[in-house]
Amino acid sequence: MTADIQPIRTAAETALAEAFARFKQPLPAGEIARRDAAFAEFHKAGLPHRRVEEWKYTDLRAAMREAKPLAEPNSAAVVAMAKTAIAQFGSLGAARAVIVNGQYVQDLAQAADGVEITPLAAALTESSDLLASLGQSGAPASNTAVALNNAFASDGVLVRMSSRTKTTLHLALHQEGDHASYTRIVVAVDAGAEVELIETHTGSGAHQTNTMVEILVGEGARVAHYKLQDESRETLHLATLAAKLEGGVNFSSTALTKGANLARQQIFLTFAGEHSEAVLGGVSLAGARRHLDTTLFVDHAVPNCASRERYKTVLTDDARGVFQGKILVRRDAQKTDGQMKSDALLLSESAEMDLKPELEIYADDVVCAHGATAGAIDDELLFYLMARGIPRAEAETLMITAFAGEVFEGIENDAVRDIFVASAQNWLSNRG
Amino acid sequence: MPAVQETVERVRQIDVDQYKYGFVTDIETEKAPQGLSEEIVRFISARKEEPEWMLEWRLDAYRRWLTMREPTWAKVDYPKINYDELYYYAAPKNFVAPKSLDDVDPELLRTYEKLGIPLREQEMLAGVEGAGSRVAVDAVFDSVSVATTFKKELAAAGVIFMPISEAIREYPELVRKYLGSVVPVTDNFFATLNSAVFSDGSFVYVPKGVRCPMELSTYFRINERNTGQFERTLIIADEGSYVSYLEGCTAPQRDENQLHAAVVELIALDNAEIKYSTVQNWYPGDVEGKGGIYNFVTKRGDCRGRKAKISWTQVETGSAITWKYPSCILRGDESQGEFYSIAISNGRQQVDSGTKMIHLGKNTTSKIISKGIAAGKSENTYRGLVSAHRKATNARNFTNCDSLLIGDQCGAHTVPYIEAKTSTAIFEHEATTSKIAEDQLFYCQQRGLSEEEAIALIVNGFVKEVLQHLPMEFAVEAQKLISISLEGSVG
Repeated sequence: MTADIQPIRTAAETALAEAFARFKQPLPAGEIARRDAAFAEFHKAGLPHRRVEEWKYTDLRAAMREAKPLAEPNSAAVVAMAKTAIAQFGSLGAARAVIVNGQYVQDLAQAADGVEITPLAAALTESSDLLASLGQSGAPASNTAVALNNAFASDGVLVRMSSRTKTTLHLALHQEGDHASYTRIVVAVDAGAEVELIETHTGSGAHQTNTMVEILVGEGARVAHYKLQDESRETLHLATLAAKLEGGVNFSSTALTKGANLARQQIFLTFAGEHSEAVLGGVSLAGARRHLDTTLFVDHAVPNCASRERYKTVLTDDARGVFQGKILVRRDAQKTDGQMKSDALLLSESAEMDLKPELEIYADDVVCAHGATAGAIDDELLFYLMARGIPRAEAETLMITAFAGEVFEGIENDAVRDIFVASAQNWLSNRG
Repeated sequence: MPAVQETVERVRQIDVDQYKYGFVTDIETEKAPQGLSEEIVRFISARKEEPEWMLEWRLDAYRRWLTMREPTWAKVDYPKINYDELYYYAAPKNFVAPKSLDDVDPELLRTYEKLGIPLREQEMLAGVEGAGSRVAVDAVFDSVSVATTFKKELAAAGVIFMPISEAIREYPELVRKYLGSVVPVTDNFFATLNSAVFSDGSFVYVPKGVRCPMELSTYFRINERNTGQFERTLIIADEGSYVSYLEGCTAPQRDENQLHAAVVELIALDNAEIKYSTVQNWYPGDVEGKGGIYNFVTKRGDCRGRKAKISWTQVETGSAITWKYPSCILRGDESQGEFYSIAISNGRQQVDSGTKMIHLGKNTTSKIISKGIAAGKSENTYRGLVSAHRKATNARNFTNCDSLLIGDQCGAHTVPYIEAKTSTAIFEHEATTSKIAEDQLFYCQQRGLSEEEAIALIVNGFVKEVLQHLPMEFAVEAQKLISISLEGSVG
């Protein structure tokens, strides 16, 4: 009945439309056309709600009551605050790109051999060749978060990585203030290169962020991607990671998610060449009334690839966790090996976990499986530890650490693992 | 294993026509005028000599249905159904409820004989070894129930087993109390349509503390062209009772699609147990996907009392499209729900089936075992929900769904929804998809089995876990069906 009728726009939808009209005005004609098309993708359906299958458990329309104004240009004070916040990570890698409130900050950047960084804003004005790499990673343009990012993102970085010896790039994203910011990052990894990408999200304020990271991985390259999401607890965090893998690639992505009031992390992984392997993993920790959503889409479009997904969620208070994972095996993708597992630990009576692991398979010679569990800490194990003189709280912490630790074990970069473990421990001692 | 041997022989026997129930009974029928309107609803109600409240109930449903839309979320694809082209009521001409089998049209009796469903009690006794395995049958032909067997013996035990149309007249207070209490009139598009136009089906009431002395069974047959079948089944197991109910269905082979939109409601009170088994073998359409039944069914059981138990077992081999989710509402504390399913699709069949286990009471448990087998150019989807509400402390679920793909033109999908709203719930879900291992096939073939025989053997092993839960009479039939359904899937 209602589907044919133009829906009534919410305040946030109206505000987004107005913000977009103002935003596009100064842009060149070609850019306006591209962004109009992107905004139209968003506008036709509006903010997704629980009747939209993909957003069933994360009702963005209800969660996003208002659309914050776009971030102002960074003041020196904001940059200084960002600098202090990022200092906690020390020197994680040879190269660093810093993006504050959605804007690239040249002063905080660090260059390295084999890493070419072009600020997106600059590329847009010069209509650089690199722009062609935007939107090539396989993320669906109709997805709400993707559509909004396509429409609004005016800064970020375009990166080309070519080194054959392992090179690390730290992508530090920081937010200060009550604004909306859109960031676009595209990393093109040359054939045969070996790279580490470390993405950190920090900040304070009640902002709305929309980050899209696209990784295009050339033949035979090795890529390890890490993401620490430790944004302010008042944030609405929409994030998209889209990776497209050519043949013979080894790709991994590991995330620790503990920030934001509502976070939706979407991962779109596409196998475009044969004999590639991907490992995706993540730990989400939430308390209070926070809401953390991880949504995966793994597209096995070609034969002979393997993917592994391993996700852990720990919830307390009235927190809500969501895991949706879909493995698609297309008709030609014979000899696919896909294994997905998502486990949730509920520490309080009123926490809620919603799981939807999905398999859609059209090829017959495959081995695919998924598993999902949700439950409380095993009383018997707890008793065992307590019987040995370990106090209850400590015993619980031990067990949660072991539960989440499985994902961290796979992290090859020692510095990153230390940061993840410490950050998770920090959450455990406060459970917020 | 003799049963498996039988399957292999069965495959050998059948050569050309896979669907052996595709014949048409040549019998004069009386149909309601084409299309759906308030008049048709009144016509059906009048034909069934229903009381006023029943007519009102139907009309309410009909009015509601007019405002509803056909659901589109299932992974099935079919041309739009024109509900005005269907006939909503068909009955053998001059049909009056028969007093005994001698009054039943011999043509009808022959039909059921041909289907292997003996309606004469003495024949059943003669045909089945051992006195313990008698089955009482309610035979539904298009829109009417033609015969119900063993009524007397069941009545002696206090069990009411009769066509629902008769129950509405004879036990209105029971029907009124429970009808629509599990699947509300407004539940979904097809259930609401059913509520408006349902014609027949079975009604079972097992009184307190009675263990139903035999298996109850309903056999559904669609015969008439262009008619939809809208059966309605209501089973109530009072405190401490037990009943096992079987359901079978077939239809003639026709080029056009026919609609079957049934509603089944089960109610189990304190300590009661209902075991509901289905072998669904509606005409699946031909290899090119022409014809076949659209099977859009709402089945739901309500464990209303403490320690109630409802168990669904289904073997789905027929229908062009299956849209079916037998569910359990685990309302009573310590109640149990079970779902065992084998869904086989071949040719161009589309199956979207699964279950819902809704945990509301404390210490409730549920178990889901689903085996999907896709062959030919078919699509086979498992879609299921397991949820525990805030107060459902210590809810426990185990789910296992495995899919098997035979050939590279089919699809197998798994879409589970798991919602835990309490930390004390323990939910486990696992699913796998694979094909028949080359080495298994090789091993069987090397011992002299043909490829088809080998596949039948391996598939039987794959589904064994579910077959075990079928009553004996059905298990044998189901095993045969599995081998027949997969016929022609090789090469």
